[in-house]
Amino acid sequence: MTPYLAILSARFRMLLQYRAAALAGLGTQLFWGLIRVMVYEAFYRSSSAPQPMSLEDTVTYLWLTQAMLHLIPFRLDAEISAMVRDGTLVYELARPMDLYWAWYARAIAMRTAPTLLRALPMFALALPFLGMRLPPSPWSFLAFLVAIGGAVLLTSAVTTLANISLLWTLSGQGVSNMLQVAVMFLAGMYVPLPLLPDWAQVVLNVLPFRGIMDVPFRLWSGDIPPVEAPHLVVQQLAWTAAFVALGRWVLGRGTRRLVVQGG
Amino acid sequence: MAIIHVENLVKTYRVAERRPGIAGALAGLVRRHYREVRALDGVSFDIAPGELVGYIGPNGAGKSTTIKVLSGILVPDAGVCTVSGRVPWRERTRHVSRIGVVFGQRTQLWWDLPVCESFDLLRDIYRVSKADHARARDELVEMLALGDLLDTPVRQLSLGQRMRGDLAAALLHAPDILFLDEPTIGLDAVSKLAVRRFVQRLNRERGVTVILTTHDMDDIETLCSRVMLINRGRLLFEGPLDVLRARVTSERWLTVRLANGRQTVEDPEAEEIRRDEQSVTLRFDPARVSTAELIGRVAARYAVRDLYVENPPIEEVIARLYGEPLP
Repeated sequence: MTPYLAILSARFRMLLQYRAAALAGLGTQLFWGLIRVMVYEAFYRSSSAPQPMSLEDTVTYLWLTQAMLHLIPFRLDAEISAMVRDGTLVYELARPMDLYWAWYARAIAMRTAPTLLRALPMFALALPFLGMRLPPSPWSFLAFLVAIGGAVLLTSAVTTLANISLLWTLSGQGVSNMLQVAVMFLAGMYVPLPLLPDWAQVVLNVLPFRGIMDVPFRLWSGDIPPVEAPHLVVQQLAWTAAFVALGRWVLGRGTRRLVVQGG
Repeated sequence: MAIIHVENLVKTYRVAERRPGIAGALAGLVRRHYREVRALDGVSFDIAPGELVGYIGPNGAGKSTTIKVLSGILVPDAGVCTVSGRVPWRERTRHVSRIGVVFGQRTQLWWDLPVCESFDLLRDIYRVSKADHARARDELVEMLALGDLLDTPVRQLSLGQRMRGDLAAALLHAPDILFLDEPTIGLDAVSKLAVRRFVQRLNRERGVTVILTTHDMDDIETLCSRVMLINRGRLLFEGPLDVLRARVTSERWLTVRLANGRQTVEDPEAEEIRRDEQSVTLRFDPARVSTAELIGRVAARYAVRDLYVENPPIEEVIARLYGEPLP
């Protein structure tokens, strides 16, 4: 196994151990999901104007955001934070591996393991009982799967960049909070993006963050037809490449100015 | 031929200074003041293959900085440094796959994983073949008595156990150079002995070149043929331990046990430095009074039951060195 796959797999298996946290999280997400669905149902009933997305698609979108909340780059890597603070970082630098890809591998594990733990049981509840719908065609499902892959690569590159900021801030609480709120909104976690006004769509389309949730979720519901998937995935990958390039540059600067803490 | 060659190494850190008080903190938001700290100020040395060299100096002297430069972690501001012909920070990845490093105050084992899984991960990170890895691991497990600990998560290990695990982790890829940064720090006597014996065996049987930094002078006395002493970024001494001792002080200590207990021992050429119920310790300069003469005088004047002469403990010597810079 290459070093990076080994790190990814070890971290992934480690994070799968947090089942109690996932269960508690599932309860919370279920509760909020029910409230959000009720709010949107009330909106749709109180208005006779045609909406940009059907109620059924919106409910499915909402349940997808609840199930896959952990795709949002929230919370920085506590281990990296500890490493920077107590100087264990020296060991990371004393290994024959590219530190960026090692941290990127950790970020992928950090985004996927919790998502998987929460999404599967949430689907099992929301699909039969809570109004969430299956994709209209196998093509839509396939497009969703590919776009989720793109979303994971993209959000992991954002996460890694945020983790790299720990080299300067040490605590990371501020970066984490700002990033979380901004990305949640811009990815479609708070309000499904099609429901935002037209001028906002222009902005959202030039930003990378809808690739994390909005794109794959609308591919699932068929609101975006599968034929549009290829160019959207290319967009995700292009943004991923940009974040990786930026992350590598920042990390290079960070390690050069590094004064390894203590000892 | 030197395996490690260091010439005029210089490394300066910029440390942000905060002025005291709230006004100072606010001023710091606008304009920061930096203080320059010279961690290495023209350090030069050569180490031959198979040597076991002790690297000593007070806290903040520049020991760890040297180790970090040698292991490719830090880039020096100036100077030459080659390890096995490679410049550590230029060919970092190739370089670090051929060296082993242990930082005694930290662990490179994964906190949540059992020891053996950490070892497996290191096999993948260092791209060691399964067969080579298994052979190296079994040997190290045997030498360091790790057999019972392999399935224990690292967080449950005692410090001594963890250090043995870290030593094994640093050697799984069979490096021929090992940097040990305070490997015995905080360990109990038994664990220290285990670490020392292991390092000695590694050096003698496998010819691994070792640089050892430590504050434990017993480490140095039992292990190292040569010591390098650094303070404030400058190398103050380099050579055998005995020479270091002689250079700082030629004094000897005479400890006298008296037949009838509590009594002072006085002599114009010696100075009392320690006394307890049983014995009195005097220090003297053999250049001014010969050992035989002093013993004769003391034995004639006091009821001596036993006496012995020794060199001052190495801690004493080092403390004196740290206190007063050598010419």
